[in-house]
Amino acid sequence: MDNGMEEAGNIMPAAVQESKAAYDIIKERFGSAVSEFDANPTMPFFEVVDTSKWVDIALFMRDDSRLKFNYMACLSGVDYPEQNQLGIVCNLESIGHHTHRIAVKVKCQRDGGSIPSVSCVWHTANWHEREAYDMYGMTFDGHPDHRRILCPEDWTGYPLRKDYQVQETYHGIKVPY
Amino acid sequence: MGLLDARISNRNVLVTSVDNVMNWARLSSLWPMGFGLACCAIEMMATNASNYDLERFGIFPRSSPRQSDLMIVAGTVTMKMAERVVTLYEQMPEPRYVLSMGSCSNCGGPYWNHGYHVLKGVDRVIPVDVYVPGCPPRPEALIGGLMKIQELVRMEGLGVTRQEALKKLAEKSADPQQVIEQTRKATA
Ligand code: SF4
Repeated sequence: MDNGMEEAGNIMPAAVQESKAAYDIIKERFGSAVSEFDANPTMPFFEVVDTSKWVDIALFMRDDSRLKFNYMACLSGVDYPEQNQLGIVCNLESIGHHTHRIAVKVKCQRDGGSIPSVSCVWHTANWHEREAYDMYGMTFDGHPDHRRILCPEDWTGYPLRKDYQVQETYHGIKVPY
Repeated sequence: MGLLDARISNRNVLVTSVDNVMNWARLSSLWPMGFGLACCAIEMMATNASNYDLERFGIFPRSSPRQSDLMIVAGTVTMKMAERVVTLYEQMPEPRYVLSMGSCSNCGGPYWNHGYHVLKGVDRVIPVDVYVPGCPPRPEALIGGLMKIQELVRMEGLGVTRQEALKKLAEKSADPQQVIEQTRKATA
């Protein structure tokens, strides 16, 4: 989306323009801690480059009167094996204040990587981060209840990683078909 | 032959074996444990409800494994649930029966390959007497499976093991295709 921003700006749908306006406010405040804006027509997004700022950015997005992203619609995990990274994608909306919405991506190292938890900012993130941990294995710093949520607690491996191999037995029960 | 088909003399005296009376009582009041695991459970509930009315066979769900004769494993057994299913099974008093309802509990069903969390057949943890195929099986199929359990009860008796009863049941099994064709002919 970096080929001719003005031209892209002209054909940008209104919803994407709203997201861009919200992004500009965040960019103005946090500068190089956030990436460039991606005007993806389905869900415009930006990435948090400096992950240590993620909680500050989240609080700003929730509380600033021009943004008021008071609703976390979803938090998903992603595996990027080529970049040796894991990540999350947060879909944020502003219910009752604004019509804009935006997605935020945060990434970390694939092995032993961690992302600051935003469950103190949006309570929705509590279970969603537990699910992302359960399925991908990144840890969430500062999470109040950091446990697996779906798999049994003593399960081995993280099922939604691209290279996941299911364990042979669980408590003496054969797992594969 | 069912007990009530036996000839009753005009003095209202019925002569039969203890086995026969016991089996008749047991197969006419099969109490399943009231628990369901996934979509198949919806079909099981439909079978319990008024349209199919399992109570006409003396079958109605109990809330405790201690009062149950029969476990209908209706649905997807996850690895997490597998151990609980074993606990529930062990809590049921003997003689107890297990009916595996639907592809999931028979063999893993749609999750047989990529369902890391699904037990590929409940018979990996508890012994199963009757399997009902389908995804989900229709209520008629479930009733068919329950009839099979009743037949199995009929095969049992003092000194007859479950294995022997299952073997006898398998030997006298009817070819479903023949039954279907007979019915078609009869209704044509
Ligand atoms: S066999 Fe089919 S209907 Fe039954 S629990 Fe499995 S997926 Fe659901």
